[in-house]
Amino acid sequence: MIVRKSDRVLVQGITGKQGTFWTEQMQAYGTTVVGGVNPKKAGQSHCGVPIFATAKEAMANGGFDVSVMFIPPAAAKAAAIDAIEAGAKTVVCLTEHIPSHDVMEMHAAAAEHGTRIIGPNTAGIVTPGEGFVGIMPAFNPRVFQPGRVGVISRSGSLGTLVCLNLVRGGHGQSAFLGIGGDPMIGTTTKDALAALIDDPGTDAIALVGEIGGSMEEEAAELVAKTDKPVVSFIAGRASPPGKKMGHAGAIVTGDRGSYASKRGALERAGAVVVDVPGDLPAALDALMAEAAKRSGAQRLAD
Amino acid sequence: MNFEEHAGKSVLSRAGVSVPQGRLCASAQEAEAAARAIGPVVVKAQVPTGKRGKSGGVKLAATPEAAAASAQAILGMEIGGFPVARVLVEEQAAIAREFYAAVLNDPASRSPLVLFSTEGGMDIEEVAATRPESLRRMAVDIRKGFGPADARRLLLGLDLGEAAVPVAAMLVDLYRVYRQHDAELLEINPLALLADGRVVPLDCKLTVDDAALYRQTDIAELGAKEPLSALEERGRALDLKYIELEGNVGVLANGAGLTMTTMDVVSHAGGRPSNFLEIGGEAYTKGTEALDLVLSNPGVKSLVVNFCGAFARTDVMAGGVIQAWKTLNPTIPVFFSIHGTGEDEAVRMVREELGIEPYDRMEDAISAAVEAAR
Repeated sequence: MIVRKSDRVLVQGITGKQGTFWTEQMQAYGTTVVGGVNPKKAGQSHCGVPIFATAKEAMANGGFDVSVMFIPPAAAKAAAIDAIEAGAKTVVCLTEHIPSHDVMEMHAAAAEHGTRIIGPNTAGIVTPGEGFVGIMPAFNPRVFQPGRVGVISRSGSLGTLVCLNLVRGGHGQSAFLGIGGDPMIGTTTKDALAALIDDPGTDAIALVGEIGGSMEEEAAELVAKTDKPVVSFIAGRASPPGKKMGHAGAIVTGDRGSYASKRGALERAGAVVVDVPGDLPAALDALMAEAAKRSGAQRLAD
Repeated sequence: MNFEEHAGKSVLSRAGVSVPQGRLCASAQEAEAAARAIGPVVVKAQVPTGKRGKSGGVKLAATPEAAAASAQAILGMEIGGFPVARVLVEEQAAIAREFYAAVLNDPASRSPLVLFSTEGGMDIEEVAATRPESLRRMAVDIRKGFGPADARRLLLGLDLGEAAVPVAAMLVDLYRVYRQHDAELLEINPLALLADGRVVPLDCKLTVDDAALYRQTDIAELGAKEPLSALEERGRALDLKYIELEGNVGVLANGAGLTMTTMDVVSHAGGRPSNFLEIGGEAYTKGTEALDLVLSNPGVKSLVVNFCGAFARTDVMAGGVIQAWKTLNPTIPVFFSIHGTGEDEAVRMVREELGIEPYDRMEDAISAAVEAAR
């Protein structure tokens, strides 16, 4: 789930305006882009890499590990299933507003073939200093710096703000995992948290949540089990109930998905939940100092 | 998009599922005429929300005169914030038993979920809590579908007697309609077993995925119009997600997460936002229209512009805002915080063209805006 330089990336929809712009950004940052897909331009090259008619063709001619989709909603299902059936390990689905029945078909295909879908409606994943896949400002040094804090966010814009705050507070990131704002996403908060807990490069975790659904509550089970400090901000406290706040997943109905439910679950599990994103670095410093003291005491005891 | 009962039943009927005979009426006279044609009827308020029965929005009427009186009483009521403009006048059914049936998108399994309970008429959360043994659920492999054998397996062991056959057929029908029309939810509560052995939907709650409306054009005109304010209508026409709120601090940000957060921080600083409006995604080029919309709310006393560009380029967004600001020449104070893709250029433009220094921390920009709105 954490993108590495060794991951070979295929860009579906590489020749469009956004596909081109972000492919150039990914390449300049160090991501290993091995090809693109556009059935109308197969056989040509773009951004210095070959264009294939399908992901399956790309797999047969050199292969790839991760596919990233710059594909409009109505064509997203076919593109995702092409990449999944081709044998992609991971599909990063940036597309917003894919019909939910199409999304369920994508997830069913991914489950069958053992593919991880990140998204839909994600801004992508970043490993500072190593590579990124998607539409995050990895190249902005005020937002991303190599470091040891893993960040999970449903939202790209809010994820950017949180990373900015961390860098301002002296913390670089081991990985940014954008999981997407849709209600049915392939990689949940809990999945992303498990990956960061397992990652030896990650010392602490910033979990950025949003109202709606129950992913933060489910992730709290893992927060309770890990020694790594977890700080969190949950967006949507001031949002009126029953209204969709942009993200289709961010809607509160009854008590389900409420701010209070999420904050309560995370705090009971030992996370520190802050009121405003600007307070994240200080909360992190305090927790990390405590953890260092604990492990020091542990070493003395041993 | 939500569908009122009558519209949901029209969708079912068009798809070949038989529903009770009924007419949509907008006046007591129409209700009386409908009852004269149908016989004893139920008069039901048509609003896209639940709890109609508890609010007095459903009445039995044995005669045309009683139907007129019931319609008179119900029309003009307000249920769940929705004024009742129409009633469904429907034949009274000889009900033997009431069940519950639904097909919905299940985020946990990322697949369709079919639900059935022998306890109808109650809230399904209540059934799950008090009579869990009556509730059956099945996650469906969306690529295989849900057929008669699946329906029989779902119902196995429930005390349905001869009704098991028509109930199974109804579940298969409901799944078919759910799939055919990109539903997020198709809920029948109650699903009635009639004295003559037929199984019919007495109520119908249908929600169709907004993202799929482009391929559901044949039923979209049946959907309930969302109650939007004039400004919200304007936002919709511009393809901008604008929600009007009651505060006095205008909010313009990019991305759903950052916009919600901006509202949270306004609230945390003791202020109240006057809107939700995000110009993330492809909408980031609409800075000019967006600012015009935010400033059109008469309650706005100050404005926060908070950009954290990932996909959305802050220089493009700031350019749009600056252009609108120069055209509209508003008198309220504005406070910027700009970071992410294109930030150097965006900050320079705001500084040089508006003579305003953006704040480094969004919390500081927002505190200043809240203070200025007092």
